Amino acid sequence: MNQPFTSAELLAIMGSRQLRDDTTVFAGVGVPLLAAALAQQRHAPKLTMVIEGGIIGPRIKPGRLPISTNEMRAAYRAQMLPGITDTFLFAQRGFLDYGFMGGAQIDQHGNVNTSVLGSDYWKPKVRLPGTGGANDIASLCREVIILTAHEKRRFVARVDFVTSPAWLDGGDSRRRAGLPFGGVSRVVTTLGVFGFDPETRRMRLDALHPGVTREQVREQTGFPLLEAPEINVTEAPSADELAMLRALDPERRFLG
Amino acid sequence: MGDPALRPAEWDFVAARRRLEAKPKSAGEKLTSIDDAAARVTEGDRVAVGGCLFSRTPLALVREILRARRRGLTLVRNLMCTEGELMMAAGAVERVMTAWMSIGLPWGVSKVMRHYVESGAVALEEWSHLALGLRFRAAAMGVPFLPALTMLGSDLVAVGGMKTIADPYSGETLAAVPALFPDVALLHVHRADRFGNGQIDGYPHMDADIARAAATVLVTTEELITDEETRRHPDRTVIPGFLVDALVHVPFGSFPHECYGLYEADFDHFAEYTASIDARGPEAAVGEYLARHVYGPPTWDDYLELFGGERLARQRAAAKELTG
Repeated sequence: MNQPFTSAELLAIMGSRQLRDDTTVFAGVGVPLLAAALAQQRHAPKLTMVIEGGIIGPRIKPGRLPISTNEMRAAYRAQMLPGITDTFLFAQRGFLDYGFMGGAQIDQHGNVNTSVLGSDYWKPKVRLPGTGGANDIASLCREVIILTAHEKRRFVARVDFVTSPAWLDGGDSRRRAGLPFGGVSRVVTTLGVFGFDPETRRMRLDALHPGVTREQVREQTGFPLLEAPEINVTEAPSADELAMLRALDPERRFLG
Repeated sequence: MGDPALRPAEWDFVAARRRLEAKPKSAGEKLTSIDDAAARVTEGDRVAVGGCLFSRTPLALVREILRARRRGLTLVRNLMCTEGELMMAAGAVERVMTAWMSIGLPWGVSKVMRHYVESGAVALEEWSHLALGLRFRAAAMGVPFLPALTMLGSDLVAVGGMKTIADPYSGETLAAVPALFPDVALLHVHRADRFGNGQIDGYPHMDADIARAAATVLVTTEELITDEETRRHPDRTVIPGFLVDALVHVPFGSFPHECYGLYEADFDHFAEYTASIDARGPEAAVGEYLARHVYGPPTWDDYLELFGGERLARQRAAAKELTG
């Protein structure tokens, strides 16, 4: 595909469109924070960003994008710095509408692995950085939106390790595990937008990005996908969206 | 359960309580030297580290503990950064308990962590970020666990052996997040008086809970203030002096990590450090780093000279720009 935007720009823009006004979002650094900031500037001015390092309502300073969730760049002109534990407790209470997540592996029920590759946790083939707050975001937010590159090695039938629970084994298994709230509502990838069947909680193709075919999606997915009765085509990133997004990251630290 | 003479289980609130009851809770002088403070960490201790990732890390204390060649430590920190890498490469740590370890997105997954954890030299016990926060908070509250709605259903439950509990009112399944009582807490604060009353600016991280959870509390401070200054703004005190065992005055005590409002983290230094690991591998590169930054310079001031005054001034200006 020869497109006038990068994969990171596509993800940030498609992610930003998922956020409604008058809501709150848990945003990690990088593309999720850019998606939230873009939504706030463009169509959701009454959106509050929350960062897990203990930061509520920061502003984004172009050219000074944060690298971690707890540093001065992430806290720039914030409205409140409540501490990490209390920030997550806002989510446990139900104040966080959206949570953005990525991950090394994602499976057909939306579970995400950011811990280990291999079958034995204590003898990992590859040790990954770990959950950070992702498990908490996946457990506690009203809905979770996953933003990820769409690659076959990432989209596996079953993750090696469930770091962040989505629909677990499908059906009502999330509820039975003691997670009565939340769950992954959308998976936004570089190829399309996916949801989950309300009964089986298996991943379902809802929309393709312009120029992407179902075959391309199937080739890059390591499990059988359900398909929505009508598969939409997303609107390509507009010049307006791209300009606003690029102004947020002039150094192109995260936009590729 | 309950015998403070034995190393108690992480969640043993009875032993933890007896340990505090047996300990002096003095309003007296706490000011001491960095080596005297570090000497209070003993072989095999469970050590909680304040701050978060590259923010307000008590690096002067970490460095001194490494210089004292402590071994067999368990390191507990919500997000671990270079301090954990140095501890691993120095052979000081057997186990880390954390939610995440690396430096940050631009530098990728920590090669040092991968090396020591994948080889089995260090065990990495993973808990969620909130769960670790609640483990410190339960300990700070003196209770054995806190009910929560997080970590349930995930494979993290089995890693740390977390149990669940039925809500006695509704019957719902809840996480019973166990308390974590550290032997020692290492903390770095913005200002403190000589009696150990400590104040933190910016994000508080988990330091106030960690201070209450630990049996022994070691603090470094950027600024030493008078008793009168503490009393003028008691609302800013988050660590009361009576629970502090040792206080050391260490300006730039977190560098090259950041201290909110005072100096920004030195990202150029992180880039140089990770480039050397990429080039020479974790053991050789971090070994050299330890020789140059930890074992070599006798004092923290000597250590800071490796960075140079210009670098420190630049990082101070960057912090002022972001928080002024």
